[in-house]
Amino acid sequence: MNSSVTNNIGWTRQQMAQRVAQDIEDGSYVNLGIGIPEQVAQYIPAGREVIYHTENGLLGMGDTPSEAERDPELINAGKKPVTAIAGAAYFHHADSFAMIRAGHIDICVLGAMQVSEQGDLANWSTGAKDAIPAVGGAMDLVAGVKQIFVISQHTTKTGVSKIVQSCSYPLTGKAVVSRIYTDLAVMKVTQAGLKVVELAPGVDWDYLQARTDCKLV
Amino acid sequence: MIDKRIASVAEAIADIQNGATIMVGGFGEAGSPIELLHALIDHGAKDLTVINNNTGSGHVGLAALIKNRQVSKMICSFPRTANSTVFPELYRAGDIELELVPQGTLAERIRAGGAGIPAFYTATSVNTPLADGKEHRSFNGKQFVMETALTADFALIKALQADRYGNLIYNKTARNFGPIMAMAATTTVVQTAEYVEAGSINPEHVVTPGIFVNRIVTVPNPVYESDLVAANRSYP
Repeated sequence: MNSSVTNNIGWTRQQMAQRVAQDIEDGSYVNLGIGIPEQVAQYIPAGREVIYHTENGLLGMGDTPSEAERDPELINAGKKPVTAIAGAAYFHHADSFAMIRAGHIDICVLGAMQVSEQGDLANWSTGAKDAIPAVGGAMDLVAGVKQIFVISQHTTKTGVSKIVQSCSYPLTGKAVVSRIYTDLAVMKVTQAGLKVVELAPGVDWDYLQARTDCKLV
Repeated sequence: MIDKRIASVAEAIADIQNGATIMVGGFGEAGSPIELLHALIDHGAKDLTVINNNTGSGHVGLAALIKNRQVSKMICSFPRTANSTVFPELYRAGDIELELVPQGTLAERIRAGGAGIPAFYTATSVNTPLADGKEHRSFNGKQFVMETALTADFALIKALQADRYGNLIYNKTARNFGPIMAMAATTTVVQTAEYVEAGSINPEHVVTPGIFVNRIVTVPNPVYESDLVAANRSYP
């Protein structure tokens, strides 16, 4: 658990996921990244219908199955067992990534290592020489999905800002992020810079700016 | 008369030569043709280039093929997976080559290979290290990178049902790379859980038309990677 939460400042991970869910409109086609983004589905407000795409080839992904329902050939992009809703569709990988690349998917929610004030995203590699490089579908998603929402802690475990003037890690995509949801604030990428849309409980402007490695507007 | 059935997995892959390029279906364990991969281990062809999204897990299937030192190069998007230690160890030791490709670009390169298209432009990976050294071109004011098609000598894929013509349907998310790999390989070998009479798959429901398939071998109760890994099994 991070220090800001133990001090009752900011949002918990669940509250961050809940905050993202509020911004997903009725009728959206959504792709959720692995990790915290997956939790967003639990918090979609009642009365909205959202269809989940998982890039391994399913539109209409449902909840986690019971042990009895588990099928090793019905999994999500994180390779975890899932279910398919009534009205779901299966398709091959080239069709799945056509949905992504050509902008048929409305929103993708992804985690981040760094996001810049211009909306550049780094979330696949630290560039360390001994690391095994792995990218998956992240570069395709940011290049093609209409809106990219990032959900992430505002700082690393050692307190270094993940919201930066310019990413030092290798990019996943340049100027691709539209909104950032952290434990401290909701921010929007604009021509004028990162615009603060909402502050988390207990967070004021100076507190947020002091933990952010670029100038907020 | 056309009948693409082959009696055994061993016969179905017997002519894979050293140095061959092989597309292996599956995303994680879903669609992984474990029985064909184990037959390839028994067969022993070496210096293979393998195209798959991942690098297998545990010490069975694709991971076992890599562990048996039959693969000299992997073309994939995500070589790290839970329970995957075989590839990372060989890669760190410099004993296996990796061509890292974004997942959608990997799929489209395979699709292009199967559709007779030598190359295409995509926005994916522009401004990232994965676009370094590749031809760039601007269309309507936006930058794109050129990617070339992938083809293979063999594709090893898994289906739920096949008829004698090679018409296929798949099982849920196990479909993944199967249809496009079947199109992109010179020889496509399919392990199917069920063999059915021609005509019993509704033509409206055929996912892979038989023209893309060369060999069918029936494997009635295929094993799953996760079950083998959980049981701590290894192959051979």
